[in-house]
Amino acid sequence: MDEIWRAMASAGAMLWGMDARMLEVIGLSLQVSLAAVAIAALIGLPLGAAVALQRFPGRRLTIVILNALMGLPPVVVGLLVYLMLSRSGPFGVLNLLFTPAAMIIAQVILVLPIIVSLSRETLETLWGEYEEALRSLAATPWQALVTLIWDGRFMLVTALLAGFGRAIAEVGAVMIVGGNIDHVTRVMTTSIALEASKGNLSIALGLGLVLLLLSLSVNIAAYGLRLFGEARNPA
Amino acid sequence: MKANPSVLPITLENVSLRRGDKRVLKDIDCRFGATPARSLIIGANGAGKSLFLRVCHGVVAPDGGRVRWAQSLDPKVLARAQAMVFQRPVLLRRTAAGNIDLALKIHQVGAAERRRRVADALDKTGLARFCDTPARALSFGEQQRLALARAMALQPQVLFLDEPTASLDPAAAHLVESIIRDLSESGVKIIMTSHDLNQAKRLADEIIFLHRGRIKERAPAAQFFDGPKNDLAQAFLNGELLWWRRRSIYEGIGCE
Amino acid sequence: MNWTRAVAWSCLFFLPLSILPDAASAADKPYITLASTTSTQNSGLFDHILPLFSAKTGIAVRVVAVGTGAALRLARNGDADVLLVHHRPSEDAFVDEGFGVKRHPLMHNDFVLVGPQADPAGIVGGRDAGQAFKRIAETRAPFVSRGDDSGTHKRELEIWRRAAVDTTAHSGTWYRETGSGMGAALNTASAMSAYTLSDRGTWLGFRNKRQLAVLVEGEAGLINSYGVVVVAAEHHPHVKQALGQRFVDWLLSAAGRDAIAGHRIDGQQLFFPD
Repeated sequence: MDEIWRAMASAGAMLWGMDARMLEVIGLSLQVSLAAVAIAALIGLPLGAAVALQRFPGRRLTIVILNALMGLPPVVVGLLVYLMLSRSGPFGVLNLLFTPAAMIIAQVILVLPIIVSLSRETLETLWGEYEEALRSLAATPWQALVTLIWDGRFMLVTALLAGFGRAIAEVGAVMIVGGNIDHVTRVMTTSIALEASKGNLSIALGLGLVLLLLSLSVNIAAYGLRLFGEARNPA
Repeated sequence: MKANPSVLPITLENVSLRRGDKRVLKDIDCRFGATPARSLIIGANGAGKSLFLRVCHGVVAPDGGRVRWAQSLDPKVLARAQAMVFQRPVLLRRTAAGNIDLALKIHQVGAAERRRRVADALDKTGLARFCDTPARALSFGEQQRLALARAMALQPQVLFLDEPTASLDPAAAHLVESIIRDLSESGVKIIMTSHDLNQAKRLADEIIFLHRGRIKERAPAAQFFDGPKNDLAQAFLNGELLWWRRRSIYEGIGCE
Repeated sequence: MNWTRAVAWSCLFFLPLSILPDAASAADKPYITLASTTSTQNSGLFDHILPLFSAKTGIAVRVVAVGTGAALRLARNGDADVLLVHHRPSEDAFVDEGFGVKRHPLMHNDFVLVGPQADPAGIVGGRDAGQAFKRIAETRAPFVSRGDDSGTHKRELEIWRRAAVDTTAHSGTWYRETGSGMGAALNTASAMSAYTLSDRGTWLGFRNKRQLAVLVEGEAGLINSYGVVVVAAEHHPHVKQALGQRFVDWLLSAAGRDAIAGHRIDGQQLFFPD
């Protein structure tokens, strides 16, 4: 309990002081995770829509597998991406290992199943509502897809937030592919792991609290956006 | 109206449709030309009127037989020459104007023309003041009028309507009927269903009577209402046709 | 869709692409990748000496700190340019197999056997690690092992062999293998009031000691030698052998040795240059 009070004190001190190192680490965490979510959204939303709208053989199996992939262990993803990006691996020539780019790649893989599955769920429901009307208008599959995604955008934001939550909180993948290199690939979660391993428990917890606040801020912003949108267009 | 080739006539050849085990449309052979301008489909609940409309429009594929339109036309042109107003309006989570705008965008109408048509459609349906209101915030009657406005804005050659005034108050229903009349006068072919015999009398040029998935009678309106040839139709007009049996025959004996 | 909203959404999506300029500018500065151990990292040595090297040569050193086994694997795969670990047999094998240019002895400190001040096995003050381990096994006092194939772990196993104790038989009872780095193992030992073998560097920097204390130290068998190896370009042509060599040369030079010796925690020197 003592430790927790010290942690809150150190979190408060860190936020108040806003020292440059902290800002650097927070900045990198946000850049990596937001980039990963953005890329995963660009790939995953149309994919989720495609699975929601199309009937194809093995569709049910695909959905089950996608749902299962939401539980991919981050450390496993980290290892796989390491093997891919290692200089001894197939994509070694790209020289991406131990860079933020590698971290983004790993997090995209982690976040993609979440975005695909959750968006599929939402869009399938919307499609149930709109299918007949869109067919009546003779919308092409692409037009239908764009309409569904745009119309369901606020519900889809929840899917993106779930993905972001996963990305910002994971340590297994970014530790392995990033290497926790000071000033280069050190993010909040790897900093916490490092401080914990040094026995600096209150600093580690303090950083953890800062991370929570960060995540909270992003969620509040997104929720605010949703409320704003729903006020203008009630469901 | 666009100077486009006409997509009529619509021909249904030996169309049948199943839902689960039930055959809901049977042996439909039917042809819709440009005249008579307004065809009304009537029948008891469960007769298959809505499904019949959907099969004609093409949103439901028949299990047997086929639906043919005018010869050698690009399917896109064909699809865009028709529009449908459903019994329950399905509106998107946008403003009223936005809903119409989207439909026009899907039909690839240019921006300036879209603005013009949206304003015109909202105006004609008395919804001009709801232009920027979220469509789902409108009352049911207003939503149904919006669905009609959306269909109108598309400038179709054929307009299908499935019980369009079913839940509207008399003023709104009257407005909708006058719009339908105006549209058919400007050359749009109207194919609609109704359970309101008075409405049918007001609007129809011809009547198609459906019972249990079959076309039992088809005649010009005046002739039909004067005296239908089919006895089921006559029973229907008399208000004696129940959806699962004829009251006058089985009365007093108990359920079938 | 109105324009202000489109712009707002695009900003949200493209904001993270501002990461790319960072990657570009970082790539302008020459750097090498150093694969090393968590013990050297946690001791704070690198924070102390690397800025001195970078200031002098303009070469940045990026440290990836993992267990000794993992560091060797990274170097073998060509993902590091220099290797700095503390297990001589592995380092020699690395060079013999042609992955490394030459092994240079760099510095040394020692391992310490830490445990609860209550000391149930009664080993405090002893100078023989093997004996101490034997006593711990006899009394079945809880012992935390790193169990992660690191230099520390390998040394610990050697001492068990000397004490003729078969630890695999007892794994899961009083002998607990955490499969983790030194810091995590110390945290575990601290919480369990268990004995564990630690390198002095990590121990001195460790902030969660609670009632753990150094109980046995100073034996010759507890000397912890660090070696540094430049990864050879023979197997991995892209490896920055020249820059790596400059780093190793500096480490072995007077300036490097002074820097290493100058690193202290609470006034105590942690590493002794060879």
